[in-house]
Amino acid sequence: MRTIAVVTAGLSNPSSTRLLADLLSEATTTALAPRGQEVRIEVVELRPLAHALTDHLLTGFATGELAAAQKVVAQADGVIAVTPVFSASYSGLFKTFFDVLENGALDGTPVLVAATAGSARHSLVLEHALRPLFSYLRAVVVPTAVFAASEDFGSTSLQSRVERAAGELAALVDARAKAGHLDQFDRDLAAMGDFEDLLNG
Amino acid sequence: MEYGIFTVGDVTADPTTGRTPSEHERIKNTVTIAMKAEEVGLDVFATGEHHNPPFAAPASPPVLLAHIAAKTDHIKLSTSTTLITTNDPVRIAEDYAYLQHLADGRMDLMLGRGNTGPVYPWFGRDIRDGIALAIENYALLHRLWREENVDWQGTFRAPLQGFTSTPRPLDGTPPFVWHGSIRSPEIAEQAAYYGDGFFSNHIFWPAEHTARMVDLYRRRFEHYGHGRAEDAIVGLGGQVYLAKNSQDAIREFRPYFDVAPVYGHGPSLEEYMATTPLSVGSPAEVVEKTLGFKEYAGNYQRQLFLVDHSGLPVDTVLHQLDLLGEVVAELRTHDAPVAAPAPVVELVEASEGVAQ
Repeated sequence: MRTIAVVTAGLSNPSSTRLLADLLSEATTTALAPRGQEVRIEVVELRPLAHALTDHLLTGFATGELAAAQKVVAQADGVIAVTPVFSASYSGLFKTFFDVLENGALDGTPVLVAATAGSARHSLVLEHALRPLFSYLRAVVVPTAVFAASEDFGSTSLQSRVERAAGELAALVDARAKAGHLDQFDRDLAAMGDFEDLLNG
Repeated sequence: MEYGIFTVGDVTADPTTGRTPSEHERIKNTVTIAMKAEEVGLDVFATGEHHNPPFAAPASPPVLLAHIAAKTDHIKLSTSTTLITTNDPVRIAEDYAYLQHLADGRMDLMLGRGNTGPVYPWFGRDIRDGIALAIENYALLHRLWREENVDWQGTFRAPLQGFTSTPRPLDGTPPFVWHGSIRSPEIAEQAAYYGDGFFSNHIFWPAEHTARMVDLYRRRFEHYGHGRAEDAIVGLGGQVYLAKNSQDAIREFRPYFDVAPVYGHGPSLEEYMATTPLSVGSPAEVVEKTLGFKEYAGNYQRQLFLVDHSGLPVDTVLHQLDLLGEVVAELRTHDAPVAAPAPVVELVEASEGVAQ
């Protein structure tokens, strides 16, 4: 069993961002099946967490559903992250979710990045904004990033890109040891060593 | 069990009047608040240390505490916190030993790192060295209060040859030290290693942080042979606003809460109370919530409350202290029976002595 967390930052309902996220989730589940891996998809919609995310910025901690969503993402074996393009980048809501995620939460996690926009002119947002963000977070970003402009939902080439990206994610998730359940405190504790080590610098 | 108050010494506009006290007023009010804390029967007054506006808490807490010591008779004076990172440990050794003499021993101190990035370079330090500074500086401070003619060399300050810090601690007993941290396990480990107290700020954070840090400290305190985990020396922060009935407390405190520097413009007062130790209500409600801290922290030795921040006027704070005095009187009736201090090693030696 592998868990894929799907973070989607679409604001409207129905949302083309969510639609793309669902296509990627299905394709990833399909790609993992021949590898003998059952998949649990955990969708994290950011819109209902918008207030909690702002509170987190102001207070420094997560509560309730946001805390649960952070746990889902931190403990996932792989992440699909999909954002609408706002002002030539990821949306502020999308960025805020990753801004307040614990240090180290995505260390080594395979991540598939995807974005939607009204025009294909924004497609490099994936390369100049999302890929560096997840590299900074020490995630492993799959080579194929999936961009969908409105017009792409009428084209068969979108599905082939979705499947290629999902295949890449599936390979990384399958090859990776099952994700641990350590959080930042556990990691800090594990890295600390004995006090004599600290005393000796 | 000790009860007291701790202040961050912020100079904040009163949101209900728009009036900001001067630094001078805030400093004098802090003295008044400390004297009132003694009058209503509290055990401890602790001050923060800050080096940047809007804090009028002293850059040198011993100056404030020595002044309060001269104006009070029995309240214990402490810090929340003394910056072990950016202060020279030699100055801490001397200043606080001096305070210990002036206060006739009626003091202890809590060490903390400070989380304001620019303060570090202002004192020639780097916040990224925060943990390393806390560990090295305290290792030196610990020796300076216990040894004379100290030879020492470290990473962060000039080496010492044959140095004896003065004055020596009162009656040869170093001031008691608490180590404060929100979520750095190294500091809980440090407190456990030395058998010192561990203080969890507790306020502004969900209880889970506190529970894990206190648990780590207790286990490591026992590991290092200072006694049983349940006898480790734990302090907790708390934050209260009191009125005779809860509706008045909520109504009076909400305008301060809504724009407070730490959590203002964020969660509602009700949400914040549900997720952090903030307790706004009648004395009975505050007693109940405070007693609940033991459920995840175990029996502990010191409870400090924040009562004077976010622009609350001094008259309100003094009235809060009257009500807090009632709360503390009630809390004392629930105190666990005092466990004997836990010098396990000494007890074994003593019983062997009897056998001989």
